[in-house]
Amino acid sequence: MHITEIFSEEKIEELHMCEDCAQRFLAGGKKVKKPKSKGHPEPDSVFTGGGGPREKSQACPHCGTTFAEYRSTGRLGCPIDYDTFHEDLVALLENVHGETRHNGKVPLNLARHRHHQDELSRLGKELQGAITRENYEEAAKFRDLIKTLESK
Amino acid sequence: MNLDALAQSSGEWLNATGPQSQIVVSTRIRLARNLAAYPFTNRTNNFQKGEIEALVCDKIRLFSFDVDYHHLANMPALDRQVLFERHLISRDMASGEGPRGVAFNSGESISLMVNEEDHLRLQVMRSGLDLQNAWAVIDDMDNQLESKLSYAFSEEFGYLTACPTNVGTGMRASVMLHLPALEHTRHIEQVYRALQKISLEVRGLYGEGSRASGHFYQISNQVTLGKSEPTIIKELGGVIPEIIRYENEARQAWLADSQQPLKDRIQRVRETIKTETQMSCEEAIECLSILRLATALGEAPGLGLAQLDELFIQVQQAHLQKIMGGPLDSEERNTARAQLLRQKLDLAKS
Repeated sequence: MHITEIFSEEKIEELHMCEDCAQRFLAGGKKVKKPKSKGHPEPDSVFTGGGGPREKSQACPHCGTTFAEYRSTGRLGCPIDYDTFHEDLVALLENVHGETRHNGKVPLNLARHRHHQDELSRLGKELQGAITRENYEEAAKFRDLIKTLESK
Repeated sequence: MNLDALAQSSGEWLNATGPQSQIVVSTRIRLARNLAAYPFTNRTNNFQKGEIEALVCDKIRLFSFDVDYHHLANMPALDRQVLFERHLISRDMASGEGPRGVAFNSGESISLMVNEEDHLRLQVMRSGLDLQNAWAVIDDMDNQLESKLSYAFSEEFGYLTACPTNVGTGMRASVMLHLPALEHTRHIEQVYRALQKISLEVRGLYGEGSRASGHFYQISNQVTLGKSEPTIIKELGGVIPEIIRYENEARQAWLADSQQPLKDRIQRVRETIKTETQMSCEEAIECLSILRLATALGEAPGLGLAQLDELFIQVQQAHLQKIMGGPLDSEERNTARAQLLRQKLDLAKS
């Protein structure tokens, strides 16, 4: 959660903290220790206890982001993270939005969209793998396949 | 499009012709969208960013909106700052690196940032309080893009964004209000608290993390998930008339206040502009804010809201340097700013 505290016209402080710390902070308990760096003060504490829902090391199979990294930066790594960290994100979304399900606009052609999204997700992963291997010839091939699919 | 020429005037959304322009400067709606095939911007490398940029540039040529794309990667820092000061790009985009850019139309009412925090940030700006029309335009723009690109979308979570605070509709609708009287009476704090209770956010002139300089406040929705776009717009639009009413009451009370007369304040501002040879950006914005209030109340004949709103942009450092035709240090800018205000606001006539 991001909180901008305005002390005066000149003094503005931005705080980035986890939901629990933020709730305590907003309730007036300013005893919350300020994070040493931008992000959650102790990202690892999310996973302490050993019996948590997932291992600390679990990373998104697509982009490699871990939930601790998300906690630290406030940014997810790719669309697949919403599946990978589903349980944690549902709790977070409930806190931020008071709701956990989308109730707005949907793509005009959802069926076409579903098919494309699965295929694009696969091609995107292949593209990233080729770039990591510095195989730019192969990367160009996947790039062209993405372009072709996006043109349909 | 020539950015030097751009600095000489303002976008059409700042022409003070929209509904409630005396208090509502502008309405803005933005949509955050990402492409399904790529990681979010913080995880893409320059190769992928280049791919995304090329893909989007290719598609916007088929847009029914007449926009020009500007690559930011090799654009001089001063030009990027001009685009930021005009609300066309974010602060992060202005200072960032790698392939990224912005497409916008000649009136600057429509823009599309590429490789911002999300791959795409669509934006529509309108003069005054005009949420319904802003939504109609951005919805059309979004549908056109969506028919050519595959967005990252989940039936459960909606449009997927890098930051979960934007997920769902990906929409941030905001209304920029000029509230000098509520700030003067300190009732702005009550407004602030009341808005927070109904999950509306109050920010400064330049959005997240910026201060309410010039007594400008952006009020926007905080919740993006679980509500439809029309509902979000209706809820935001529903509270604005109340704030306008409070501000109008506070303006009348300030006019009638014999302890701290508004007319004296206006006169002091006039004298400052006529006599000061150096002026910081903050001082200039404060003076312009009081003149905007005076104009809205009919206390500054000869001045216009559109003229003043344009100056709020032009007194900022990048615009000032563009207008004066070259780089200026801080002291030179202060001199140029005071000179610009004297020239543009012929206060002897008002």
